[in-house]
Amino acid sequence: MTNLAFNKFYKKFNVLSLILIIISLLLLLFKGLNYGVDFKGGTLIEVRTDKNSNNISLIRDSFNQMNLGDVSVKKFGNETDFIVKFEKQNSNDPKFIENIKSKLSNSIGDVDFRRVENVGPKVSSELLKSGVIAITLSLAAMLIYIWVRFEWQFSLGAIMAIFHDVIITLGIFSLFSLEINLSIVAAVLTIVGYSMNDTVVIFDRVRENLKKYADIKIFELTNISINETLSRTIITSITTLLALLSIYLFGGEILKGFSFAMILGVVFGTYSSIYIANPILVFLKVSQKTIVKEEKD
Amino acid sequence: MLYFSKLRIITVIIFTLLLSYFALSNFFKFDDNLFNKNINLGLDLQGGSYLLLEIDNKPVVTQKLQSKILEFKKYFKDKNLILKNFSIDKNSIIFEVNSNDVEQVRKILDDDESEINPYFQQYKSHQFDFTEENNFFKLSFSRYGLVLLKNSSLDQAIEIVRRRVDEVGTNEPNILKRGNDRILVELPGLDNPDRIKSLLGKTANLTFQFITQKSEQSFGSEKLQFEDGLEEAIVSKRIILSGDNLVDAKPTMNSQTNETVVSFTLDRVGAKKFGKATSSGVGKRLAIVLDGKIISAPSVREPIIGGAGQISGNFTFQSATDLALLLRSGALPAPLNIIEERTVGPDLGQDSIDAGILSLIIGFALVVLFMIYKYKTFGFIANLALVTNLLLLIGVLTLFEATLTLPGIAGIILTVGMAVDANVLIFERIKEEIKNEKNLIIAFDSGYTKSRTTILDANVTTLIAAFILFFMGSGPVKGFSVTLGVGILTTLFSVYFIARLITSLYVIKNKDKERII
Repeated sequence: MTNLAFNKFYKKFNVLSLILIIISLLLLLFKGLNYGVDFKGGTLIEVRTDKNSNNISLIRDSFNQMNLGDVSVKKFGNETDFIVKFEKQNSNDPKFIENIKSKLSNSIGDVDFRRVENVGPKVSSELLKSGVIAITLSLAAMLIYIWVRFEWQFSLGAIMAIFHDVIITLGIFSLFSLEINLSIVAAVLTIVGYSMNDTVVIFDRVRENLKKYADIKIFELTNISINETLSRTIITSITTLLALLSIYLFGGEILKGFSFAMILGVVFGTYSSIYIANPILVFLKVSQKTIVKEEKD
Repeated sequence: MLYFSKLRIITVIIFTLLLSYFALSNFFKFDDNLFNKNINLGLDLQGGSYLLLEIDNKPVVTQKLQSKILEFKKYFKDKNLILKNFSIDKNSIIFEVNSNDVEQVRKILDDDESEINPYFQQYKSHQFDFTEENNFFKLSFSRYGLVLLKNSSLDQAIEIVRRRVDEVGTNEPNILKRGNDRILVELPGLDNPDRIKSLLGKTANLTFQFITQKSEQSFGSEKLQFEDGLEEAIVSKRIILSGDNLVDAKPTMNSQTNETVVSFTLDRVGAKKFGKATSSGVGKRLAIVLDGKIISAPSVREPIIGGAGQISGNFTFQSATDLALLLRSGALPAPLNIIEERTVGPDLGQDSIDAGILSLIIGFALVVLFMIYKYKTFGFIANLALVTNLLLLIGVLTLFEATLTLPGIAGIILTVGMAVDANVLIFERIKEEIKNEKNLIIAFDSGYTKSRTTILDANVTTLIAAFILFFMGSGPVKGFSVTLGVGILTTLFSVYFIARLITSLYVIKNKDKERII
């Protein structure tokens, strides 16, 4: 078993986390998130072009001439593949996509539309709403579960850790203008589950140790518990990251954003279960009395 | 925790073998027909089109209100009450009554038994709620009345949509109701939905109306455009015949003009009406109107009494085929708008499958190697549990014929990464226990016992996340929640039955070894 003094750095890392959270919140507030067509509405087309000579600006120019509102073009994996997004969505015109395709092939040669997504404003706002509800609901459910299983101090610690992870992950997405779509919501929910999972393992040990050692202060006790569970924490993070890395590198472009969000989540989730969840127990002066009292009730 | 009864061992083995068989039946063709279920591939993996249609109920409501007005007029007239100044405002009818009739009208509207309250006996709710001001009554659809109306128009629409999609002949379309004004259409394998979209985008309200000689629009006539948008004509509002009376329609070649036309056959009532109208209207031009636009307006040369006719109008063979299809399948009760469309080409789907499988294999190999490096023999046991876990997971998905999506594959890979967690928790705990306990069997036993609640807690949290995603998510994301959630359950099974069984056999055999883990 390791015997590292994690607790020596509680304060320093708390300050760091606080700074990161503030930066993330400012980013979210002022820069905002880059919503994909799922949440903003509009049209997305994955284009595969015939030759390698087509560059982004050529494609952007031909789309700009079609009056489709704001157009964005990005490379997507291969040299020949591009993702084109624009504001206009007009599914009711059955020729809408066909016309775009023929105009595009006139200017840059044969193209293949590998994927078309067309989301109307009503659907996109509903999807956004249900995404927000899903995340809120899962946070609430976690809170209730942990409240039933542990004491409120633990519950607070775990929830703060989750908030920390979700806010910073979204902050990073905002910073790099990475696209937020439906699969990112799934990733965020999984992060919530993972972070909780990690925190619960340490908390279970803290609780066990609280019963065992009446005379050790919580500051010291959390450190013991972190060390006792450390090898598990590291091994599980490694295997999960190995799996996620494999998705990120080999799982194709569509899963890139999803796996990237998950990788961030696992890293921050592991960090926060040590440096956010535990200091809160210390701050709330959890002691043997806390759990004994609850059990008598 | 290390003891297993014989019965339990046998049950576990049978259960595992059965599910593994289910799982493998996806990949190998077994000769027998005992089990012919398969995992479905989502549209993002097999390619296809997903369309969400929303029905625009405004015309249905207005139509219903108009017919209600006629009904009311007649009903109250029979009771010697005069209703006047009818108007329609959104979902309501407004009318005026003489001031000495107000009392009586109110009484009838309130009466649960009266004929104009057809719903009350069945649903304990009026079809209309009413308010009154001075001598004016305002009748609005009650919530229940509106829901019922929407449901019936949706049912009708879904039937028509199904007919149209079936006629095009795509493979295994999936057509479902969503809420009370939406229809979901999934068309696997279809990479160009344009034709279906154009077919579903038309209400296909066909009418035959005479063109009047008047040059100005007046009461009882309306100005309509021709399909090509170039010409206009004043058409009498009186509908001679509508698409409802059609029994068949098909594209044919007119032998005289060498033109593609749509031939139709009418039912008996239709034939009679048509015969009568054309007899009296010889020499007039008959406009064939589809969704408010004139397709063509031929002159009636002689009475058409056989109940069969032709529609001409600059058709290509394709457009004639489509019109015939629309006429055969009937008119939609209201226009449908496509509010969401997602189409994935089949080659992208295949690429996604390939990438998904590649990353599954690599992720799996990395985790397996890491576990062997870290735990040696016990890593091997954990890996055995991991393989079983994958088979069980795929077996369960097959059993329920779940839909596998690209995020679903990601969920499986993620399960691989997280599944070893439970075994890691147990092994680490056992390592701790061995420090204080010389008897290996006791140490292993308490390692399992003491880690149990932690494992349960840790997995319940992920299960909660998966559960919420399942209910809130849509399409591909739902597929992710399914594999993630089922993955947790199979993980617990493989850890507590498979891995623990092998561990116990191994430990009992090697209980005198020094460094076992």
